[in-house]
Amino acid sequence: MVTPSPDCNDLKDRFASANQSGDGVKIEIQNLTASFSNHGALDNVNLSIVSNEILSVIGPANSGKTTLLRTLNRLNDLTQSFQMTGRVLLDGRDIYKEYDPVILRRKVGVIFALPMPLPMTVFENIVYGLRRQGVNDRKKLSRIAEKALTDAYLWDEVKDRLEEEAPKLSGGQQQRLCIARTLALNPDVILFDEPCSGLDPISTAKIEEAMMKLKSQYTIVLVTNNTKQAARVGDRTAFFLMGKLIEVGETAKLFTAPTDSRTEGYISGRFG
Amino acid sequence: MLKIGRFKETLVEGIIKTSGIASIFVVTLIFFFLLKEGVFLFKTVHLHDFLLGRSWYPISDPPEFGILPLIYGTLLVTAGAAVLAVPLGIGAAIYIAEVAPPKLKEILKSGIELLAAIPSVVLGFIGIVTIVPWARQFFHIPTGLTAFSGSVILAFMAMPTIVSIAEDSLHSVPKSYKEGAYALGATRWQTIYRVVIPACSSGMLAAVMLGIGRVVGETMAVMMVTGNSASLARGIFSPARTLTATIAAEMGETVQGSDHYFALFSIGIVLFLITFAINMTADFMIHRKRK
Amino acid sequence: MKFPPPLAQKIAFFVLFVMTLFVVLPVLFVMFLIVKNGIGAISWEFLTAMPKQGMRAGGILPAIVGTFYLVAGAILFALPLGLFAAIYLSEYSQDTWLNRAIRLAIINIAGVPSVVFGLFGFALFVSFFKFGASILSGSLTLGIMILPVIITSSREAIDAVPGAFREVSLSLGATKLQTIRHAVLPHALPGILTGTILGIGRAAGETAPILFTVAAFYLPRLPQSIFDQAMALPYHLYVLSTQVPNVDVKIRYGTAFVLLVIVLLMNLIAITIRSHFRSKKKW
Repeated sequence: MVTPSPDCNDLKDRFASANQSGDGVKIEIQNLTASFSNHGALDNVNLSIVSNEILSVIGPANSGKTTLLRTLNRLNDLTQSFQMTGRVLLDGRDIYKEYDPVILRRKVGVIFALPMPLPMTVFENIVYGLRRQGVNDRKKLSRIAEKALTDAYLWDEVKDRLEEEAPKLSGGQQQRLCIARTLALNPDVILFDEPCSGLDPISTAKIEEAMMKLKSQYTIVLVTNNTKQAARVGDRTAFFLMGKLIEVGETAKLFTAPTDSRTEGYISGRFG
Repeated sequence: MLKIGRFKETLVEGIIKTSGIASIFVVTLIFFFLLKEGVFLFKTVHLHDFLLGRSWYPISDPPEFGILPLIYGTLLVTAGAAVLAVPLGIGAAIYIAEVAPPKLKEILKSGIELLAAIPSVVLGFIGIVTIVPWARQFFHIPTGLTAFSGSVILAFMAMPTIVSIAEDSLHSVPKSYKEGAYALGATRWQTIYRVVIPACSSGMLAAVMLGIGRVVGETMAVMMVTGNSASLARGIFSPARTLTATIAAEMGETVQGSDHYFALFSIGIVLFLITFAINMTADFMIHRKRK
Repeated sequence: MKFPPPLAQKIAFFVLFVMTLFVVLPVLFVMFLIVKNGIGAISWEFLTAMPKQGMRAGGILPAIVGTFYLVAGAILFALPLGLFAAIYLSEYSQDTWLNRAIRLAIINIAGVPSVVFGLFGFALFVSFFKFGASILSGSLTLGIMILPVIITSSREAIDAVPGAFREVSLSLGATKLQTIRHAVLPHALPGILTGTILGIGRAAGETAPILFTVAAFYLPRLPQSIFDQAMALPYHLYVLSTQVPNVDVKIRYGTAFVLLVIVLLMNLIAITIRSHFRSKKKW
């Protein structure tokens, strides 16, 4: 059995009240059902994500975790066969009706499973999104880049390597670079899609440390296959199985006293 | 600012889409225009007489537009080229893909690319100064401008196509097939001809077909060395004339709108259909293999 | 007769080697012949003077200039159109039966004999649009002929750029067009360039498509406008070798030499770009 991190308990009251009143809700998912070419991926999901929390999303393969994540910044739009019903509200506005996807993606950043730096320099990777918004002032870009790299715990390692090609960095550094690249856009929400699946334990620890620190400024959704990671960093945890949200609650409670037997079966390692 | 950016974006995307569709449209125009000019011939000449008529006398009075001698010339030259190019091309592909050491392989591949790059008119010129006089002396024939000379030159034009596509298909054979054969104690050669070649036979066939397609459509070199006699060729060592050479040689002398002019477009349609059929089949075979 | 396997292998490999020599050695022979006999003809005058005495003396300047104009015109027409078409097919159009049909059409058009392009160019540009036999008609005909080459190679290059680059770019708030411009095209550029240069080489060497759309038999002056006829190197070589009696063989070889150098140079540049970027590939 996993021991949840202590600070989860400290925040317990705050989340409890937030959930009841709807106050501080950043993202509201309502009756979300999604499919790819008639193959169901999400089945009537209702879920609120609160400001400045880390919500861990766990579940076995094909449980719809990643589809959920990609729905939140409309990356699923790129897949021709994707269809959905239901609503996703960001700050109370429907992201599929009231947002331009380009603007939405600047507010909701994503870190992919595999580190995916673009084949350009470290610096150009960081400022890629800003440049596309028309920011070209070198001083301003440098300032933002330094801040983003610092927040991603990478500045000390790459401050002298900004003009190097990003793919030359180590895997862990690349993944933190991807985090910094997202931070540079100053988003509201950051989605992590199994961000440590290809990394060694030390790199993983660094990224988890960064996440813990970042939640004071950002709302974080972490999809992970690693239940221990979910327990370590998540304030709340949601368990998905075959496209359905089975259970969501404070991490400590979900891991110690799950209400659903399937949740218990998964976290105790009986399947998944 | 965003609004203006969006407008520009929409504009550029519009240009991209329009050009995309336009270039595809242009490509389909080809068949339309061949057809548009070519069908007029059949107002005066019966399709049967066109395809099977034994005489091509477009400027006699009355003219005769039978393309059988031209089809026969094309077949003759193509068959001759295939006899040379298919075994040599396939053999070279096997050697390059499976046998040659890496360094030699690179050199040989550059050699093949070089051959593919030589313009057909240059090969025709080389044919005139080498093969044509050699053939005349060697075979004791009155002229070296024969179907045979055309075949030799065309064989070299088909080889790069055959070699490169056959080589691709040899490379597409999964490594595990070979490893399986080696594990059973087969030599490299046994593996090649019992495992690798059967596994990519449809790719090889596609290579041969595309090579032949290239030969059928080749114009300049063949026009320069085959002697261009429009009567039914008596054999590989006599002058012949192909479909392509007929268009190239006579188009400049026709009166626009005359039956002769239309007849050349009809030949164009025939060529288009032949190469179309060859390419479709080859493409089908290449993709069937992939699945 | 049955050989033991190791001996059979030796024999087979030797036979294959000899077959390969039959393919490759004649190439070297052709090169050798043209260089040996052609290089002597090359002089400043040969490259920069007008032909004289019915092409039996003088230079080949108008043919060189004509080929240059034709190729430039063909690329000017085919590169933007082909590149946009490739972008459209790869990035915008969806995978439908229509697009599969388009792909097949492009493959097949690439296999259409060049002389048929000549016919088409005559019917469409010379006669239908009334451009007459002119540089414009010839360039457009050559352009359409190399369009499939450019579309296919550009498309392959664009499709080879990992899909993840597009997702990353979009997820960082770039628009679709920005994504294509900044995350896709820079990495497809070497492939596009290679295809384009190969297209140039092909356009420079082709004769059949220009026979009735532009080529002038003997025109000892430089073209004045795009509505002028022009001489072209490959056609000039054809004329010299088959239509004009008693031409000094040196002039023929010299013309072949110049044409070959131009075409091979294009291929060399394309191969260099390709191998340079292949070794530097970053993903």
